[in-house]
Amino acid sequence: MPENSAGTMTPRRPAGTLYRGREGMWSWVLHRITGVAIFFFLLVHVLDTSMVAVAPEAYNAVIGTYKNPIMGLGELALVGAIAFHAFNGIRIILIDLWSKGAKYQRVMFYVVIGLWVVLMLGFAPRQIMVILSEVSG
Amino acid sequence: MTLVADAPASGPAPEAPIEAFTVTLIIRRFDPDVDEEPRWQDFDVQMFATDRILDALHKIKWEQDGSLTFRRSCAHGICGSDAMRINGRNRLACKTLIKDLDITKPIYVEAIKGLPLEKDLIVDMDPFFESFREVQPFLQSNTAPPKDKERIQSVADRARFDDTTKCILCAACTSSCPVFWTDGQYFGPAAIVNAHRFIFDSRDEAAQTRLDILNDKEGVWRCRTTFNCTDACPRGIQVTQAIAEVKQAIMRGKP
Repeated sequence: MPENSAGTMTPRRPAGTLYRGREGMWSWVLHRITGVAIFFFLLVHVLDTSMVAVAPEAYNAVIGTYKNPIMGLGELALVGAIAFHAFNGIRIILIDLWSKGAKYQRVMFYVVIGLWVVLMLGFAPRQIMVILSEVSG
Repeated sequence: MTLVADAPASGPAPEAPIEAFTVTLIIRRFDPDVDEEPRWQDFDVQMFATDRILDALHKIKWEQDGSLTFRRSCAHGICGSDAMRINGRNRLACKTLIKDLDITKPIYVEAIKGLPLEKDLIVDMDPFFESFREVQPFLQSNTAPPKDKERIQSVADRARFDDTTKCILCAACTSSCPVFWTDGQYFGPAAIVNAHRFIFDSRDEAAQTRLDILNDKEGVWRCRTTFNCTDACPRGIQVTQAIAEVKQAIMRGKP
């Protein structure tokens, strides 16, 4: 069936089917998404931390509102995003600066995924327990 | 029983008829005189496993719909005319065999992305060649060659840019680049590959000029290392590697 998503595009620049890139392209897409997400987190983070300058009570009140399961899941996603962005960032630096980086980019992508899984296996169970204790308690 | 006596009697074993398959192609059509928007049209063609997508396009054009428009010249992967998006990836139609595709599903064929669509599978290649011209892809030397001799180059010096001499300017790499789709000002992989071919040529003396041209907001630093270009190149050029080498040359300040 037509995968024509060009509904709103002008005829001269049609979108056509989604380009089927490989590891390199999808790691770049993920890097962009996590990068934008981390930017918005940092924006909020600078604001809430700056409440310390207003009053310690104000800071505590703002941080206190984060103690709920939805923010708990958000923190889980945040750690996931930062871990991927950090590891993949090192991969991109190596591609640019290491003479064999381009040759081993695919291997390095799977190393990034592997490191990410290990890190999340360490963090996610602990965080989920914290979230559950917030729900029950 | 000798080979000589036996051979004419039995002859070659009767060949089984070569199996033909019905292959469905869904082609993104656009006729600027009629269509407001590109549209998908499907065609069924009888193909052999050893046929190429280009043969399928020929069959459609010659037997079913003469209005189907596409570029092709040599039909053997040298001229670089028939780059197109086949099942979502940039390939040369003349180098893509039916047997390498999953023909249980329809095959999607559309024009390459990021260049203005003119008709069916034809795009306007002018912006692409404009970028190519801008990197000065020709040998520049201010000194005369040795008298009555060619310019000597060692095997090691020649090997440095061997990979990037293979480019056929088909635009498969440039039109596979997500950066180029959204920013048509980016030089694109093909122009950088052709700059690389002269930057690292020991006989050339204008490397610094080309490095300055590519050390630009729209130059090599636009590359986000998605490796789509390396995957798309029908000549197997390690395009992203070449771009990385140019980046490093700019940082060193010399090739």
